[in-house]
Amino acid sequence: MATLSRFAPVLRTTLNRGISSIMVKRDSSNKVYGPLADEDRIFTNLYGRHDWRLSGAMGRGDWYKTKEILNKGHEWILGEIKTSGLRGRGGAGFPTGMKWSFMNKPSDGRPKYLVVNADEGEPGTCKDREIMRHDPHKLVEGCLVAGRAMGARAAYIYIRGEFYNEASNMQVAINEAYKAGFLGKNACGSGYDFDVFMHRGAGAYICGEETALIESLEGKQGKPRLKPPFPADIGVFGCPTTVANVETVAVAPTICRRGGSWFASLGRTRNSGTKLFNISGHVNNPCTVEEEMSVPLKELIERHAGGVTGGWDNLLGVIPGGSSTPVIPKQVCEEAIMDFDGLVACQTSLGTAAVIVMNKQTDIVKAIARLIEFYKHESCGQCTPCREGVNWMYKIMTRFVKGDAQPEEIDALWEVSKQIEGHTICALGDGAAWPVQGLIRHFRPVLEERMANYAAANAVAN
Amino acid sequence: MGHPGEGLLLGMGATRAQSSGPEKIEVFIDDQPVMVPPGTTVLQAAAEAGVEIPRFCYHERLSVAGNCRMCLVEVEKSVKPVAACAMPVMKGWRIKTDSDMTRKAREGVMEFLLINHPLDCPICDQGGECDLQDQSMAFGSDRSRFLDNKRAVEDKNIGPLVKTIMTRCIHCTRCVRFASEVAGVEDLGTTGRGSDMQIGTYVEKMLMSELSGNVIDLCPVGALTSKPYAFTARPWEIRRTDSVDVMDAVGSNIVVNHRTGEVLRILPRTNEEINEEWLSDKSRFACDGLKRQRLVYPMVKDSSGELRPCQWEDALLVAGRALAAAQGSVAAVAGGLADAESLVALKDLVNKLGGEATCTEEIFPEDGSGTDLRSSYLLNTTIAGVEEADLVLLVGTNPRFEAPLFNARLRKAWVHNELDVAVLGPNVNLTYEAEHIGEDPAIIEKLLSGTHPFSQRLKAARRPMVVVGSALLSRPDGGLLYARLQQLAHQLRAGCEGGAEWRVLNVLHRVASQVAALDLGYTPGVSKVRNAPPQVLYLLGADEGAITREDLPADCLVIYQGHHGDRGAEMADVVLPGAAYTEKMATYVNTEGRAQQAQAALVPPGMAREDWKIIRALSEVVGAQLPYDNLAEVRDRLTEVSPNLTRYGDVEEANYFAQASALAQLVKGKQEAAPIDVPQKVLEDFYMTNSVSRASPTMAKCIAAIKKEAANRHRDK
Repeated sequence: MATLSRFAPVLRTTLNRGISSIMVKRDSSNKVYGPLADEDRIFTNLYGRHDWRLSGAMGRGDWYKTKEILNKGHEWILGEIKTSGLRGRGGAGFPTGMKWSFMNKPSDGRPKYLVVNADEGEPGTCKDREIMRHDPHKLVEGCLVAGRAMGARAAYIYIRGEFYNEASNMQVAINEAYKAGFLGKNACGSGYDFDVFMHRGAGAYICGEETALIESLEGKQGKPRLKPPFPADIGVFGCPTTVANVETVAVAPTICRRGGSWFASLGRTRNSGTKLFNISGHVNNPCTVEEEMSVPLKELIERHAGGVTGGWDNLLGVIPGGSSTPVIPKQVCEEAIMDFDGLVACQTSLGTAAVIVMNKQTDIVKAIARLIEFYKHESCGQCTPCREGVNWMYKIMTRFVKGDAQPEEIDALWEVSKQIEGHTICALGDGAAWPVQGLIRHFRPVLEERMANYAAANAVAN
Repeated sequence: MGHPGEGLLLGMGATRAQSSGPEKIEVFIDDQPVMVPPGTTVLQAAAEAGVEIPRFCYHERLSVAGNCRMCLVEVEKSVKPVAACAMPVMKGWRIKTDSDMTRKAREGVMEFLLINHPLDCPICDQGGECDLQDQSMAFGSDRSRFLDNKRAVEDKNIGPLVKTIMTRCIHCTRCVRFASEVAGVEDLGTTGRGSDMQIGTYVEKMLMSELSGNVIDLCPVGALTSKPYAFTARPWEIRRTDSVDVMDAVGSNIVVNHRTGEVLRILPRTNEEINEEWLSDKSRFACDGLKRQRLVYPMVKDSSGELRPCQWEDALLVAGRALAAAQGSVAAVAGGLADAESLVALKDLVNKLGGEATCTEEIFPEDGSGTDLRSSYLLNTTIAGVEEADLVLLVGTNPRFEAPLFNARLRKAWVHNELDVAVLGPNVNLTYEAEHIGEDPAIIEKLLSGTHPFSQRLKAARRPMVVVGSALLSRPDGGLLYARLQQLAHQLRAGCEGGAEWRVLNVLHRVASQVAALDLGYTPGVSKVRNAPPQVLYLLGADEGAITREDLPADCLVIYQGHHGDRGAEMADVVLPGAAYTEKMATYVNTEGRAQQAQAALVPPGMAREDWKIIRALSEVVGAQLPYDNLAEVRDRLTEVSPNLTRYGDVEEANYFAQASALAQLVKGKQEAAPIDVPQKVLEDFYMTNSVSRASPTMAKCIAAIKKEAANRHRDK
């Protein structure tokens, strides 16, 4: 669900521009991005081969001169984050420095909070989980640095309930940090008081939407709030709040240590930095890997995931950024660049960078129908288009799987998805509509053929 | 219990929250410029320009939910439509309420709402007054694309008043918000997610609220309808008469819905000063009591002691002869449902016959200034005035059941204005947090002398209110306690920020007739009658048993005039059938001192007649003819006695607190030790409080349901 937070503003403006822009591929420089050099990796214990506890983390450079970072003040931290060009890693890709700076309004006496969105529920996405179980101190330190940048009193880490071991490791790491004096009163000896709390969710995808997460954190039903007011004005417990993704927060200390310009030197402009990519589906070696932004999709799959099962030519399509992003077919995959702008040019989105690879053995209609079933199940039900519309789309898609429909219904389904998109309180409706739109955009002949076959089979039977 | 909905209350705060805001900003509704204060929502700005935006979930008296999405409108330069009910306007916005994007969005939402709606309009009680019907006609598509099966939802039993057909629900959550915000019961909520979401009570239990009927009006579809009214009539068959309610002393404004001489249902009528747009369950549902236990012909007791029906002439002759023979030994007792016209006629008649004792059943102390100064017996702050108060002290009253809509105002001010409430009396559940300062009547004296810990709070209050219940006043030491409260109120008034304009002292009456009776010079309480029993006692709808046969000598003739065969008629020798409040043009004065007119929706049943006419006819038989022949002349007489009685709709201000307080200082007496008590403590006590509600099968069902609910293992004990 992390994908959905503030997803909409970036994507929607460009989704409808038509096919003509697909061919926009690279910067004119023709520079090729990736592979990421080992010395530029942030998450050096991604695979859990080393000690994840405090001593191991300190050995890898965490908590090194954190006090100095804190003492440089929030302006300096925000400056570095802004220089780095870091964009939110939860899916919407909102510039992080700008978002954090919304918190620096004159205080009205209310405390401010940082809320870390660790409710990683987007199908295909498993990046935050790796951070929390193998490198929890990156996140704990990130909370402190990010919290300092926005003047927050405390951080709440809202972790999805299913992540039991991750929550456990996080709590161990937090306890270690308290014991070492890195958190609590006078954190790291900086004179700054900061607490970190874990909160486990109860298993709802929608609680990854920032305002639903806040509601859930307050002990209410996880139903998104209307915006405005935005969390930066009225957030958790009625106080100014920033909700940030785990990966966004976890990279902040390294950016501060190595400098924003180092981070900005990686990837294309406006898409800078490194990113955790999750490659799953029909690949020989599904994996989570830290790569430079703007790496070509094909290279990502071939180099790190051992290629598509049955070879590149056996590729059917890829969902490039978690289940809510539209699927792209093989011919688009050939040239796709894995960054925010590159995928928007392909009428899809980077989302959480969870690449779901489907080869030609996939029943693409069934696959998308299954995703819609997921969204139907996870819709919170408060607003009409999502509650009714996604359920309707699911009913139509179920019939499409068999082909039990008229070809006109494809257009009806497209319209229904358009009636949901942009008409809901949160972005779940959009996230449910896009997979269907991707399917119709690229795989319409498959749908029509199936309907024709079904009709023919029924005609024979009758 | 927290303050619900804090922070998202747009445009619904109580009056104190509104101040003359900063500069207005200009926005354009369909190119028409409007100036609105900042923070105005798109929907309100459009209303300002005279454009109504369709909505289901939005309700101006509830918090904004923004979930139905029907109010989506296009705003220029915004890529997607915005929810008009929740989005505050920005300077220079150009809002297009009839553009392509807007119309498409509405049609889409309409289609979504209808795909799982049963479309059973022909058998739906909401048919004809259904927002969904109306708006689908106006904004919906003319055909359906939905080919799959519709969802069905199990109905829930939430009590004898509200019928649920949950398949029709469109999940606007108005009922949930009403229950938690206005009624103050947290029983309604949503369970399930997505298309499985349901409105309900979580576990099967009754919606235990004295305001539950309002969810019927709020429900924009036929999911919540009236159980007693089910399958009774269509809205276009009904005739509507605007009137006022008499079930309590609030004087809620109502619309009587009737057909072929029968009251079918009663709905609230908006009056911002009194009931806003709510109505208590008793006022709404007790109307079926108007069809039962009615007195439909005059009756006279025969030699065997049985009441026998007779002609008007016979009854009037028996009554008239007795009155003439009494030679001035005549007294009258008026009940809680009597109107001002009959009250003045009866008083004039009794006085003409040489009688002095005209009493009301309801007691009010006569010590000190007694009822001579009008400000001593009114809710001086007014009901709407509660929204300006910051501290209310309730003494010997449970407004939740004595005046549910006054209590709703208190709750509104508690939620939105941070009003503090303190209770002196039994610690009852008022639906909001109230500080319980005790039940001991001695506390009043301590408050007056400033030695009680709560005195500091009272002194510090900027606009305090002291609300005295009639239960306190009817205590044997009511006069003494009230005198102290009058002095306390006067003390507080001197110190508070509101100044001379702010009235601290308030009396909350329980019955609709009391203020008019006191204005007309009736003596509160029946002790006069008891101390000097008359030869003829005239009961005008006196059904609460304030005076019984045992209080009277055996040869005393009792005339009962009223509309229900209740306690009064039981003890009568002559029964004269009168009209109920839906059957006469009549004046009632509410606890604020606001005169209002009830209108005749129907004619009285059988041989029953309008009350003042009966008295006028009787006066002629007795030979003491009253000098008025029509309603206008009766009202002239009312005006003559007390001009405020015919200034309909206005609160006539009364302002003799200093004098009353001075006189109150002279009151001496013995203070009783018994704790301060109120008669209505739990919901069960609320439903049957007068002859109409006692005759109502629906009210009986409510009480039965609550008794049964006690055995519900899901109910919090």
